[in-house]
Amino acid sequence: MVYFTYILMAFLIVCAISVSFSNNILNSVLIFMSYSLVMSIIWILLESPDLAITEAAVGAGVTSVLFFVTLKKIHAIRGDEENE
Amino acid sequence: MSKLWKWKQGTQQVGFKDWLDGKKDPFLNEVEMEPKQEKKPDAKMLRERLRDRNLMYENLYDANKNKEIRLFEKIFPIASIIFCILFIVLMMIMVSYLPPVGNASNPDNNEVTKRYIENGLQETGAVNIVTGMILDYRAFDTFGESNVLFIATITVLIMLKVNKKKEKTKAAEAQSDRLYEPKNDPILQFAARLFVPIIMMFGIYVILNGHLSPGGGFSGGAIIGAGLILHLNAFGFEKTERFFTEKTYKTVCFAALSFYCLAKSYSFFTGANHLESHIPLGKPGAILSSGLILPLNICVGLVVACTMYTFYAMFRKGDF
Repeated sequence: MVYFTYILMAFLIVCAISVSFSNNILNSVLIFMSYSLVMSIIWILLESPDLAITEAAVGAGVTSVLFFVTLKKIHAIRGDEENE
Repeated sequence: MSKLWKWKQGTQQVGFKDWLDGKKDPFLNEVEMEPKQEKKPDAKMLRERLRDRNLMYENLYDANKNKEIRLFEKIFPIASIIFCILFIVLMMIMVSYLPPVGNASNPDNNEVTKRYIENGLQETGAVNIVTGMILDYRAFDTFGESNVLFIATITVLIMLKVNKKKEKTKAAEAQSDRLYEPKNDPILQFAARLFVPIIMMFGIYVILNGHLSPGGGFSGGAIIGAGLILHLNAFGFEKTERFFTEKTYKTVCFAALSFYCLAKSYSFFTGANHLESHIPLGKPGAILSSGLILPLNICVGLVVACTMYTFYAMFRKGDF
């Protein structure tokens, strides 16, 4: 179990660094989303399920959705436009 | 004095009461509320602009000509890296001064924790000590948090709400809503039909069992809000407008916050004056127990769910 925690911690650090180094802004949001998911697993391992539920709902769910909507509003996501 | 209560809007005078009733907006046509139409440049203007731009780039931003730019480009990355390393080292030194984890003489190991753990169940009636802490011992903080959410939503409403009085064309509506998204996506609709009831049920379960199991008002409200957003994404604004409009938001938030305020004022009043509060704590472990915690949880959950949904609706369309 300790090694599992270490793996998750390493994943967190990798996520945090790659968010700032990612060129595509959409990828950054997705990495941020996975960061929140891993963080919620770590909260469960730290025996605070309250925070885990909140982190999964707010961090991974609502915040990312708001990011997506904002990116669409400022025309930073152009995937569909090019395909059609 | 009369100038305070009356001001001009266009040609007619507007009274304070008209503003209070929502008939007039004193900022309309006075303050710039929406972006202006972009000016269409003609060929001559474009040429002039291009020339100016090239001139500026040549004189200012060309690294070969401008010495300061060259110096800045060299120094800036090095300085930023040094600053980052310094900051990290400073933080590490700071951490090394913190007391070790699990030490019995740590400052967080005081009588407050002991009291919460030993007398929490008895005094609040909540099996989940965290909820007992949040909504009983520290209920005032939670009230402040709910109000912060409410104020944040109002700010978003002020900034992003589209002026309703203006006649909206179909094209403008499509542009402001979903331009590149498929309407009535069958996969999304099937998934939403499957998951939205489950998500809602789970959110309600988390809120109602806040004093028995992990979770509480904030987590449950966030889950319900996420479910509402999924429903909105799948079926569009026509379906959600039937049960959630601006009026719903105002009513629900106002009712929840004022109930929270009144209930907690009552318990603070009785507690401060050493009176009996007459709110039964019930049997710990039952769903109807622990006094005010269950209704307060429901209030917080309602405010959070409404806030999440309103944020999304405002960000996407600027309207409900």
